[in-house]
Amino acid sequence: MTRIPNHPPAKADIAALKARAKHMRNHMLVMARGPGQGYIGQGLGIADVLAAIYFHELRWSPENLTDPNRDRFLLSTGHYSIALWAALAEAGIFPLEELPTYGADDSRLQMSTLDTTPGVEIIGGSLGHGLGQGVGMALGLRLQNSSARIFCELSDGELQEGSTWEAAMAGSNFRLDNLVALIDCNGIQADGAIVIDIEPVADKWRAFGWQVQEIDGNDMAAVVAALEQARATEGRPHAIVLRTKPGKGVPTLEQREKAHFVRVEPEEWDALILELEGQP
Amino acid sequence: MTTARTYSKAMGVDEALDARPVVDAPFGTALIDVQKHRGDIVGLTADLGKYTDILPFRDAYPDRFFNVGMAEQNLVAVAAGLARTGTVPFATTYGVFATRRAYDFIAIACAHSNVNVKIIAGLPGLTTGYGGTHQAIEDTALMCMIPNLVVIDPCDATDISQITHAIADYDGPVYVRLLRGKVPRVLDPKTYSFVIGKASVLREGADVGIISTGLMTEHAIDAANALNAEDISAGVLHTPTLKPFDADSVAEFASKHDAIVTAENHVITGGLATQVREALYKAGIARPLMPVGIADTFVELGASPTLMVRSGLTSDGIVAQAHAALRLKRS
Ligand SMILES: Cc1ncc(C[n+]2csc(CCOP(=O)(O)OP(=O)(O)O)c2C)c(N)n1
Repeated sequence: MTRIPNHPPAKADIAALKARAKHMRNHMLVMARGPGQGYIGQGLGIADVLAAIYFHELRWSPENLTDPNRDRFLLSTGHYSIALWAALAEAGIFPLEELPTYGADDSRLQMSTLDTTPGVEIIGGSLGHGLGQGVGMALGLRLQNSSARIFCELSDGELQEGSTWEAAMAGSNFRLDNLVALIDCNGIQADGAIVIDIEPVADKWRAFGWQVQEIDGNDMAAVVAALEQARATEGRPHAIVLRTKPGKGVPTLEQREKAHFVRVEPEEWDALILELEGQP
Repeated sequence: MTTARTYSKAMGVDEALDARPVVDAPFGTALIDVQKHRGDIVGLTADLGKYTDILPFRDAYPDRFFNVGMAEQNLVAVAAGLARTGTVPFATTYGVFATRRAYDFIAIACAHSNVNVKIIAGLPGLTTGYGGTHQAIEDTALMCMIPNLVVIDPCDATDISQITHAIADYDGPVYVRLLRGKVPRVLDPKTYSFVIGKASVLREGADVGIISTGLMTEHAIDAANALNAEDISAGVLHTPTLKPFDADSVAEFASKHDAIVTAENHVITGGLATQVREALYKAGIARPLMPVGIADTFVELGASPTLMVRSGLTSDGIVAQAHAALRLKRS
C-alpha cells in the first residue's frame, strides 16, 4: 500500500499544537457567547485531540477538501460541532468573523453538523452513526488502494448504542488498520454523569479485536504519541480511549456542574476569556 | 454595527408558543397521578429524562424508574419485556429515535402481540430547531402504518394530561407525541375531554373547516378567530388520535363546511391531510382541501419559531390556506 508522501508527519511541535488548541478554545468561547449556551463543555474537552488531528496527524489540505485520497476525520457526535468549527476556522476554512453566527438562523455553523458545511464528512446528531460509516469508508478506501485513513470520533454516550458495537465488530473482522476510533470519555451524557455503566471501556474494545490505548486526552504529548502508535498498527483497527475533562482550559467551566448543556450568563464571558488567556 | 441574530435554543427549552397560560411538565405530573391510582406504572428513558419531563416521576417513584442509557432499541425491547410481566411501561425518548432507530422493536416486540407499551416521543415536528436529526417530521405516518398501534398527537397541557390517563387505562401499544417543559393550556379542562379515537369539534363554522392535530390546533383556533373577524365562518375539528382515525367525525364536520384546511406539525404526505382526503373520498364528500404542514423536505437548523414561520406552521399560514381553499371553491 502506498502512503501519501507527507506521511509520517514531521516530528510534532507540541508547543505549537498546544497554541492551536488554545486558539480553538478561544474560538469556541466566541461562538458560544452568541446563543449564551451550547456544548461548550464537550468542545473545550476535546480541543486538544482535534488540534492534534487537524494540525499534525491528518493528511489533508484545506484547499482541497474533496481530495479522494484525503484522510478523513468523522465527528460522530454532531453536538460537538463547536469543536469542529473551531478547528476548521483555525485552519482557515471559515473567516473568524463568522464564528459569532454559531447557532444562529441561516449560519453554516450550527449546533449540530450537516455535511453541507465545508470540511464536514458526515451528518452528526443522530448518535451512533459515525463508526459504521467509518468502517464503510475504510473498506472503500482499501478497495481502491488508497492509503488514506479514517479517524472517527465518538463519545462515551455512544458506547451505549448497539450500532457502535456492530461497527466495532465489523471493523476488526475486516482487519481495518486504516481505521482509528477516538473515544471521548468525558464522563457525561444528556442526563448528567454517565447513567449506565460503560466500563471497562478499553477492555471492551480489546475484546472486540481492536488494538487499544487509554490516555489523558488533554495531554497533548500523550495524544500525539498515541496517534503515532496507531499509525503503526497493522491488521486491525485502533481505538484510543481519551479521558477528557469537560470545560478544559477554562477553570470556571471545569468546575461547573458537569452538565451536558452549559448556560453562561452574558456578563460572564469576558472573565471566561481572560481565564483562558491566563492558562499555560 | 451590531446584528440582531436569532439563535437555535436546542435542547432543554420550553415550548410555550405565546401568551397563553402555561403548565409545567404536564406529562410528568399526570404520570405521577396515574401511578397513584393504578400502582403498575414503570418509567423508562434512554438518556433523555431531563428533556422529556419524566424526572418528576423518577423523583416520586425512584424504584420504578430505569434509565437504560442512550439505547433506543433496547429501551423499547425492555419496555416490551416489562409489559409482558404485567407492569405498564411509559418509555420516553425523542420521536426521531423511537421511530427511526427502534421501528422494528415497536412493530414486533410491541405492536405485533399488542403488548401494553406506551412510547412517549419528544420534539415532534418543528418544535426543535435542531435540524433533520431531531425533528420528527414523519413519525406519526410511520407509526400509523404499524398494525395495532394507537397514535396520538396532543395539542396542549390539557390534552397531555388527559391522554396520559387514557392510555394508561387502555390495554395495548400506544405512541404519543410529547410537548414538554412549559406547555401552553389551550383546551379548557372543564369542557374538553379526550377519548382515544375521537375527534372534538372545538368550533362550529360554515365557510371553512379547519381540521388540525397536535399543536397546530392552537394555531387553528387563532386562525379561526382571525377568519371570523373577516366575516368568514371558520370551524375547528381537533383530531388528536391519528390512529384509529375518526373518519366519521371528519366526514361529518367536512360536510358542514364549504372548504377544508388541514393543519399538522408533520410532513403532509402520509399524515393528517392524507387521512382526511381518504376519509372524505370514502364518504363521498367532495370539498376543496388545502393542507398546512411540512413540505416533502428535510428542514434546516435554526430557531424553532423561525422554522415554523418558514414552513407556514402558523395561524397566518392556516388563514392563507383557508383563503386559497375558498378561492378553489369559487373557481
Ligand atoms: C440516537 C440518539 N439518541 C439520543 C440522542 C439525544 N442526545 C443528544 S446528546 C446525548 C448524550 C450522548 O452522550 P455523550 O455524547 O457522551 O454526551 P456528552 O458528553 O456530550 O454530554 C443524547 C442522549 C441523540 N442525539 N441521538
